Amino acid sequence: MTDPARARLPQRSLLTDPVVRAVIIQIAVFALVAGVLAFAAVNTAENLKRAGIASGFGFFNQVAGFDVSQSLVEYSRASTYGRVFLVGLLNTLLVSSVSIVVATVLGFAVGLLRLSGNWLVSRMAAVYVEILRNVPLLLQILFWYIAILNPLPGPRQAMSLFDTIFLCNRGLIIPWPVFLPGSWLVLVAFLLALAGGAGLVLWARRRQRLTGKRFPAYVSSLGLIILLPLVALAAAGFPIRWDLPELSGFNFAGGLTLQPEFTALVLALSLYTAAFIAENVRAGIEAVDKGQIEAAHSLGLRPAPTMRLVVVPQALRVIIPPLTSQHLTLVKNSSLAVVIGYPDLVSVFAGTTLNQTGQAVEIIAITMLVYLTISLAISLFMNWYNARVAILER
Amino acid sequence: MAIPDDPIIRIRHVNKWYGQFHVLKDINLTVGRGERVVICGPSGSGKSTLIRCVNRLETHQKGTISVDGIELTDDLKRIDRVRREVGMLFQNFNLFPHLTVMENCILAPVWVRRMPLLEARELAMQYLTRVRIPDQADKYPGQLSGGQQQRVAIARCLCMSPKIMLFDEPTSALDPEMIKEVLDVMVDLAGSGMTMVCVTHEMGFAREVADRVIFMDGGEILEENTPEAFFSAPQSERARLFLGQILSHAQMGARTNPD
Amino acid sequence: MYVKRERSPSLPPPRSEAGVVGWLRANLFSSWPNALMTLAGLALLLYSLPPFLKWAVIDANWLGDSREGCLPPLGDAAGACWVFIKVRLGLLMYGFYPEAERWRIDLAGILLAAAGGQLVAGSLLRAATGRGRRLTGLFPLAGVLLSLALFGILPGLVACAYLAAPDILARARPGRLLLGLAHRPQLHLAARLGLAAGAGAALALGFGAAGQGLAVALSLLAASLIFIALGAYGQSAASVRFSLLLGVYPVICYALLLGGGLDLPLVDTDNWGGLFLTLVIAGVGIATSLPVGILLALGRRSRMPVIKALSVSFIEFIRGVPLISVLFMASVMLPLTLPAGMHVNKLLRALVGVSLFYSAYMAEVVRGGLQAIPRGQYEAAEALGLRYWRVMRLVILPQALRLVIPGITNTFLGLLKDTTLVAVINLMDILGILKSALADTRWLGFTKEAYVFAGVVFWVICFGLSRYSMLLEKRLKPGRN
Repeated sequence: MTDPARARLPQRSLLTDPVVRAVIIQIAVFALVAGVLAFAAVNTAENLKRAGIASGFGFFNQVAGFDVSQSLVEYSRASTYGRVFLVGLLNTLLVSSVSIVVATVLGFAVGLLRLSGNWLVSRMAAVYVEILRNVPLLLQILFWYIAILNPLPGPRQAMSLFDTIFLCNRGLIIPWPVFLPGSWLVLVAFLLALAGGAGLVLWARRRQRLTGKRFPAYVSSLGLIILLPLVALAAAGFPIRWDLPELSGFNFAGGLTLQPEFTALVLALSLYTAAFIAENVRAGIEAVDKGQIEAAHSLGLRPAPTMRLVVVPQALRVIIPPLTSQHLTLVKNSSLAVVIGYPDLVSVFAGTTLNQTGQAVEIIAITMLVYLTISLAISLFMNWYNARVAILER
Repeated sequence: MAIPDDPIIRIRHVNKWYGQFHVLKDINLTVGRGERVVICGPSGSGKSTLIRCVNRLETHQKGTISVDGIELTDDLKRIDRVRREVGMLFQNFNLFPHLTVMENCILAPVWVRRMPLLEARELAMQYLTRVRIPDQADKYPGQLSGGQQQRVAIARCLCMSPKIMLFDEPTSALDPEMIKEVLDVMVDLAGSGMTMVCVTHEMGFAREVADRVIFMDGGEILEENTPEAFFSAPQSERARLFLGQILSHAQMGARTNPD
Repeated sequence: MYVKRERSPSLPPPRSEAGVVGWLRANLFSSWPNALMTLAGLALLLYSLPPFLKWAVIDANWLGDSREGCLPPLGDAAGACWVFIKVRLGLLMYGFYPEAERWRIDLAGILLAAAGGQLVAGSLLRAATGRGRRLTGLFPLAGVLLSLALFGILPGLVACAYLAAPDILARARPGRLLLGLAHRPQLHLAARLGLAAGAGAALALGFGAAGQGLAVALSLLAASLIFIALGAYGQSAASVRFSLLLGVYPVICYALLLGGGLDLPLVDTDNWGGLFLTLVIAGVGIATSLPVGILLALGRRSRMPVIKALSVSFIEFIRGVPLISVLFMASVMLPLTLPAGMHVNKLLRALVGVSLFYSAYMAEVVRGGLQAIPRGQYEAAEALGLRYWRVMRLVILPQALRLVIPGITNTFLGLLKDTTLVAVINLMDILGILKSALADTRWLGFTKEAYVFAGVVFWVICFGLSRYSMLLEKRLKPGRN
């Protein structure tokens, strides 16, 4: 009694065999993508030939012939494009790392204030977050640079804080330490204090294991790290001094001048990113179950150790991954430097260098590669961290 | 109202509000040293709130609570002293997921009792053996079953050598087959002379172990009696209704679970 | 034994716990550090807020239409000069779109506001009574009346047709007829596709012969309209409205805004600008990046190694580089990759860049949702006999997308804010216009006003959207009726 329709079902057919289907689909998609890429490549080659642009990386050794306003390494008009690349890369890393530190500190502070039981303070933190993260970063960069820093008066009418920090249209001028001979003594003292502090912590742990008695190891080693270098400083006759900015003629002498571009970029990047970090911090701490705190309290732990031993370790697991991705975003966002002429990688390399040489393909590829490398490095760190702290479950 | 000879918990005229809502209405209760009290009642009757006031997880607004002679006020020292002597078990265990079973157990002895680490480990091992899971000491809570987790939570409390243990529905988040393993440990604990205040619906446990049963509804204590008297002849209408529901549920459970 | 016979009444809480004093004590002055924080907060507020309000509102200059309105004899130099913004409001909103043609943008805006407003209100009033539902009907009514009053008969009729279509189509006959002829879903779909494509092609040929510049757009419009109309019968009016918004509205906008036929003069995209351009980029960006992102997410979870590898490398590559480099690539390298003589419009290049960039981010958001769906859902759907695409479309994606509404909104907000980057490749969005306005020698020095205004515009849009998504998320919580 076989149903004729059922009998007609094939044992195997090319069209309904899942493996065959999968292979066909994959070949088709691959061919399509490869085709588009090949088409683009052929056209690019032809267009470049017509425009008379020689491809390759020879331009790295040519003389750039333009000035760069800020450089961590020696640079002049006579330097090569290769040097320009290095200058841009270092400037990108500089502005990113300074902003990351500021944004993280500020973000944690705002996030914690947001959770505070104080109604006014928590509302103010909320207002900060809602205003800063809902306005485009580019707009904020332009605001700080064009609307706030640029219209500032010249050095002679500079705004000052206790006559040590000055703000004017040349930028932010801050005191900077100078190291005279004899500074090594302070450095040695600092290193000794570090080692001593570490030893103290280890000793306190050991004593705690054996006797249960506790010693305020962290506080005392912090004291050691602060005091010992100070003592050394006095003993060596103060070889490290602050170089205070001072008005001389039409500009400031001494101190360290942070250019307005740099200042505006750091301000905008860190204030903007801090708003997002604050939300991550808040979410991370709120993610810790209230029962955890109650359990710790019911065991007799006071609020401070409860925070340190129970809440923070759990909250950090939630906070670190989005925090890292905020840092990554900040590095990528630092490329907006181009709009205010801060000489970062995109501005001097993918901007000026590209315009002068016309090597669009090579330059954009290298620029993207740099950012990809940074992203990849941060992602690898993230994966390692996540695997290390993952909470084991059944 | 029965007043034990050697009281360890005294609750006098306690009132508590959540906003405008009156959760505890003029509660009076005294628990003697070594006494085992079971509190039952429908959900929302204020029974959990009451025992959470005993170790100051909740604050009461009127009346006095004193534990082992210490009256609970806002003073941190007093709260510390009381919490050291009072262990608490939660419905959803509240083990610390980022610490191993062993680390969970030694956390409080080391940080609160200032016990040497090695000594704390020995003590923890002793109690983990008592709750019959010494072999799980290096696992994380997430790797254990619910029943095992609750037993770790009991061991964690015992490591502080508390004078009183509070139980906030310790078995209601557990599967039926795991309830027994936790109740066995609790019965064992009761046999050792521990003062216990249990919020629970396990009527079998109450019959076997409790010295007194307290019935709460709507934020007040409606009835207080020996387990025999309470279960055989509840005095208030509300208690009769409640017991009826609990028992019919238990019978249904018995029918579906042949063992 | 103790038994209580009477129940005690509920009493109000003691005085110190309630009222203003209780609230102040609990929330602002509960302890010394807390009180200090309150005072510090107050100090910061007093230090920053009054000067800002004085500048932005109290001393601000609103009157006049030249710089003189903001200078001492007429105005107050210490206050903000909103005249600067007022004079350029048109430019900031519409860019260099000819003034006589700006009504076309307004009409597109009204259509969107009416149809979108009805959908939004409907989504928030989902469980509402008949009265609430009738209230949502006010949106299209207002849209039609407004179009009639502002732009005249013909645009009014277009608005009427577009806004009334969902309700008519949802009850219309032709769809029903087709459903009767081809009740197998595959056949039904094929018939819809066939009819729509046929009609579109025929129209394209006809218009093409007539030499109309709008030929392609109108044929597309007809084709998508037919496709949606044939499938509309039995659907809810809201879902038809949604398909129209996705399938027909963009084509209407394309025809209306670009013009070039039907008495609508051509307005080249070089003249598009201001907030209008920002919204166009954001709209096209979301409408393309979400579907592409879904495909990429499915590709990333696919069992076919080639598909998976391609998706993963695209997503990771894009997410590893800044948007600005993608925009540079689109504006500098894209023309290089095309055969000689073929040009891509500057706006289109930016659109391609933004859409590709954000589709990678959307893909990761959607993937998060897909991962959160338990295996049992896939198994149950397969056990019902559904094939891959049906499983995804009918069971998995609706749940997954609902789960990631916050993520989608965040990505969209990111996109909206990042549209400002097109100013870097010389498109005249709101920042581009401001830049050129600030360079105007007659109006030097009003930078604060310019950026504060742009900031407020973006803030209102972004904040509003994020609040709406939070509301929507609450409404759509699974387990809620």
